[in-house]
Order: sequence, then C-alpha cells, then structure tokens
Amino acid sequence: MSNQNFQKRHRAEKRFKAYGLISLVVAASMLAVIIGSMAYKAIPAFNNYTLNLEIDMSNQSTNSTIEDINYRGLLRDSLFSLFPEIEDRSKKRKLSKLISSSSSYNLQDFIIENPSYINKKFYFNVLFTDDSDLFYKGYVDTSLPESERRIDDDEVLWLEYLYSLGRVKNKISSNLFLNGDSREPEVAGFFGATIGSLITIFVTLILSFPVGVFTAIYLENFAVKNRLTDFIEVNINNLAAVPSIIFGLLGLAVFINFFGMPRSVPLVGGLVLSLMTLPTIIITTRSALQSVPPSIREAALAMGASEMQVVFHHLLPAALPGIFTGTIIGLARAFGESAPLLLIGMVAFIVDIPGSISDPATALPVQIYIWADSPERAFVAKTSAATLILIGLLVIINLVAVILRKRYEVKW
Amino acid sequence: MNDSLKNKSLIKCSDVNVYYADQQALFNINLDIKEKEVTSLIGPSGCGKSTFLRCINRMNDVIDICKVEGSIKIDNQNIYDPEVDVVELRSRIGMVFQKPNPFPKSVYDNVAYGPKLHGRILHQSDLDSKVQESLERAGLWAEVKDRLQEPGTSLSGGQQQRLCIARAIAIDPSVILMDEPCSALDPIATAKIEELIDELKSKYTITIVTHSMQQAARVSQRTAFFHLGKLIEVGDTEKIFRSPEHEQTEAYVTGRYG
Repeated sequence: MSNQNFQKRHRAEKRFKAYGLISLVVAASMLAVIIGSMAYKAIPAFNNYTLNLEIDMSNQSTNSTIEDINYRGLLRDSLFSLFPEIEDRSKKRKLSKLISSSSSYNLQDFIIENPSYINKKFYFNVLFTDDSDLFYKGYVDTSLPESERRIDDDEVLWLEYLYSLGRVKNKISSNLFLNGDSREPEVAGFFGATIGSLITIFVTLILSFPVGVFTAIYLENFAVKNRLTDFIEVNINNLAAVPSIIFGLLGLAVFINFFGMPRSVPLVGGLVLSLMTLPTIIITTRSALQSVPPSIREAALAMGASEMQVVFHHLLPAALPGIFTGTIIGLARAFGESAPLLLIGMVAFIVDIPGSISDPATALPVQIYIWADSPERAFVAKTSAATLILIGLLVIINLVAVILRKRYEVKW
Repeated sequence: MNDSLKNKSLIKCSDVNVYYADQQALFNINLDIKEKEVTSLIGPSGCGKSTFLRCINRMNDVIDICKVEGSIKIDNQNIYDPEVDVVELRSRIGMVFQKPNPFPKSVYDNVAYGPKLHGRILHQSDLDSKVQESLERAGLWAEVKDRLQEPGTSLSGGQQQRLCIARAIAIDPSVILMDEPCSALDPIATAKIEELIDELKSKYTITIVTHSMQQAARVSQRTAFFHLGKLIEVGDTEKIFRSPEHEQTEAYVTGRYG
C-alpha cells in the first residue's frame, strides 16, 4: 500500500518537472524565433552597394568657389559617360535616379575636406538608391511583370551592366550606425535616435532615482501611518499600473501646454518617463528596505543611532542591490517606451543628432515605429536592425543590473 | 546579610504600565535595579519581562501602538521626561538581543560603530585600542584578532553574540540590557557568555532576561519574577530560588509551572 503511494508521489514529481521543462522550452524557442527572424530580416540593412565613379574635375574653372561647383552635374556626367548610347532625356533622368540623391552632398563634403582634388581626375564611391541596392541584394523578382516591380527592364539592364564593369562594391553601411533619420532609406541611420534615447533616459534617471528613493525612505521609515499615507500608498501602486500613454497625455497637457516647454525635446521626454518610472522605483525601494532584517534596525537603534543614521548606515546599504535592480527595471521599461513620447512630439522627423536635453530628438522605439510605418521596402530591414540594437541595449542595461546586484550584495 | 545591600539602586522604576494598543502588558511595576550587579528577569513566555527590559532604553518607542506610563529613573533622571534625548539615553545603555545581530560589516567596524557614531574617539589609534579593549573584555580578542576585517556575520553563533556584547560595551554604557542572550546558543557558547557576564558585572549594571532558571541562578545576584504582566516577587537570587515568598514563584522556580 505505502509502496504504491510513494510511486504515485514520485510520478507526480516527475510530471511536474516535465511541465516546467516544457514551459521553459516553449518560452525559449519563442524568444529564439523572434530574435532569429529579426536578425534574418535585418541582414540587408547592414551593407550597401556602392558605385565607383570617375569624377573629372580637371576642367573646373579656378575662380568658382567650392560651394558653387555643380557636384550633381559632375556625378551625372560621370555616370552618363558609362552609357554613351543613351541620348534620350527621360532615360538619362531615369539613369541618374539609380544613384542616391545624397551622393552630391557626399562629394561636396569630400571636396571641402580635400580641396587638393579640384583640377584632378579621381574615383569616388557613391551610394545606390534603396531600390537599386535591393536589386543587387536579390530582393527584386525579375520574373514579375515590369509594372509590378520597383526596378523596370531598362534599369535591370543598366544595373547588370554596371555590375559587369566591376564598379559595384558591397560595403558595410556606416550610415546605419552614424546617421540620423532620413527620407532616403540608404542614408537613414539610428544614431540620432539612440543618442536621443540615451539623453532621455539620463534625464529620467537623474529625476526619478533620487525622488523615488527618498520618497520610499520617507514613506517606509518616517511617515506616520494614517489615512493620508494609506491613500498615497494605494495611489502609488495604482500609478504603476496606469497605461503609459496616459503619462504622455499628462506630459502634453502639463509640461508643454501649461509650462510652455518645447515639443520633441528629451527634457520633456525624460520628465514624462520619470513620472512613469517613479512608482516602480518607489515600490521596489520600499520592498528592498522592508527585506532588511528588523534585528539590524533594532541593533542600530539600541546603539544610539538616530532614525536617519539607521537609514543611511544600515538600511540603505543593505537595500542597495534591490534598489538598483528596481531602478534599472524601471529604466529598461522607460527605454523601450514609445507611446508617451509620441504624444509629446518626439515622433518628429529629425535628421540632426541631438546634443543636449533641449535639442529636438526622437527615441529608438519611436524610430522603430516611424520606420515600420514607412512605405519604402528598404525600411523593413532598417526596422529590424534598430529593433536588434534596442534589444541589445536592453540586454546591456540588464547586465549592469546583475553586476550591481552582485557587487553590493550583503551576506547575512 | 548579603552583598546586595552594599550596592545602591541605579535604576528606579515606579508604577510602570505598558499598553499595546488597548491591551495592557505591564501592571504597576515597581522595581529597583542595583548598580554593578546582575539582575535577572524570569517568568513564563508572554509575562512582559522583555517588554519591561525594552522600557529601560526606550526601545518600545519604535513600536507605534506601544504606550508607556509611570517613571523610570536612571541616576535620578526620569528617562520618560519629554526633554530626554532618546539617542543620548541609548548611548549610555548597551543592549544585547536574543538572536545575535552583528551588522553586515567587518568585525572591526561592528565594534567601532558605536564610538564613531557618538564621535567620542577622534584618532584612528585610539579607535584601534578601543576596539581591542572591547573585544578583549568580551573575551573574543584572541579568536578574532587575525580576522578583524572579515564580516561579523562569518563568525559562529557564540562568537557573534560575544561580538554583539563587545559592540555594546564599546560605547562605555553604564547599563547593559540582555534579552535572552543565550537562547540561540549551544551549552559551550552559553557557558562562555555566562562567564563573561560574571566578569562584566564589576564594571556594568546588567539586566538579563532569561528562560533558564539555572542561568538566572548561576549569573545573577538578584532575580525578579514576572507573571501575566505583574511583578510577583523580587529579591536576592538565592532567596528567590531557596525560599520564595509567593506560591507562584515557588511553583515556577521548582518547575511545577510554566
């Protein structure tokens, strides 16, 4: 009888372990599928095809300034010289649209930095447009009828001819990592958004960490327990569950409309995200303070430490790992937040890299939203690439949390 | 008649009543604790002896619902006077708890905490000698002198409790309160602590709460028996154990009750 009972218990235990293992495998494989598909979709974003053009500046008149030079014309002439048979104006225009419109600016920048190239003949790499680029990457199905593709038969011929000349090269796309946003997918990058995100999170940290920790200390150790503090406590717990977009509306109404702060700036973004992060920090700090054994508090009080000394000498150091973890979880959530930032205008199209808390900026999650919403095919890969970077940054943030927790852990 | 006559009373408690919210925990306690003696407080669980002990350094202030009435005078000053500074009061009274509770800091920092806190010692060398002196007096120096920088929590239970005693005497208190200091320790560690208490009584006034009648008999000169929040009997330890006046006391000390 009892033997059977034992067997039954062992079987139940094995079943339970199996359930746990299955859940773990399901969760891990879902994560792997998400990351894997992101990574696969992101591949085309990391390189760009470039065209090596011979620029002939030997006929430049010496009296024209660097800014006056017709760089666009130089590039076109060079491109047309590779196709001497094309005479038709509309075909020439189509041909010139194979290369990125950013090329003339790149050439101008190059000449400004290296004025010695004026009066010389030299080779210069220019970017293809996103459609030509995708053709080389094999994303254009030439078996489809001409009207259903972004690259028509003429362009296919020209691009194949350019490739056969050996002038087409595949390069790592530095634009992706170093540029701000752009209307041209081949030029757009997430650097501006990443910097915007970092500045915003910095503002959030500076505001919410001290305010949250001091609020928690006060509520936990000094506040009188009465109806008012109970009411405050309930509300803080409630705030932690409020949808983030509500905080965006609040930020719009209070910071921008009432206080007249500018739109689209990391300062307001940081303020709004602070409001969102504060409840998380307060709640986790309080529970970290509560988890310090009361005997330590008693020992310190009996030694003649004042309440404040008890907090700063004993409770806070012991609660630090928990406080760090809570703060970083709150910040990680704020880092991945887009909805409140949309409402305060951080969804604007911003090309420049922000340099301060009052420069117009966007944030990485919002950049993902903008790109995901863009019609150009090449933005699909950019969206995935930016998502991977966002996930990567979140992993780094969480690693920091783990390291800090280990570093300050108190052994009882 | 015996040696308790030669000591004067350091702590005088009169009509002490303690309430936890609506419930009264102590009823009209009148008890004098004599200088440089060990007074033990005995009685069954929940009789209020720990509550009484915590009245002496006002540790009950920490509990919101706890209310203390009456007067406790130390050196003729009522410690429940509104102008008394609790922090200053506690700097004169050391306390050792039931469960060893060293701070999660090094052995050295545990002992140096009190002197540093009260700003009594300004030079590092003085602090070093204070730490050594306190650890020596707590009988722990020989065991920890090579591991002063190790965390206090890495010591054994008995060592931790002696560390807590060293921490308490480092602030040079006049009174040491001990709340069942040996209940978490094995007999060998207990014997060491009892020996230590015996030595310490030459310098400090010690009040100890204990559940062990043998311990009370071994270490204390005077014993107070509490029952249901009332002080039933107080007297020389020998008398309490040999010929108590009250029947309840006799029942308790002979093991027929509680």
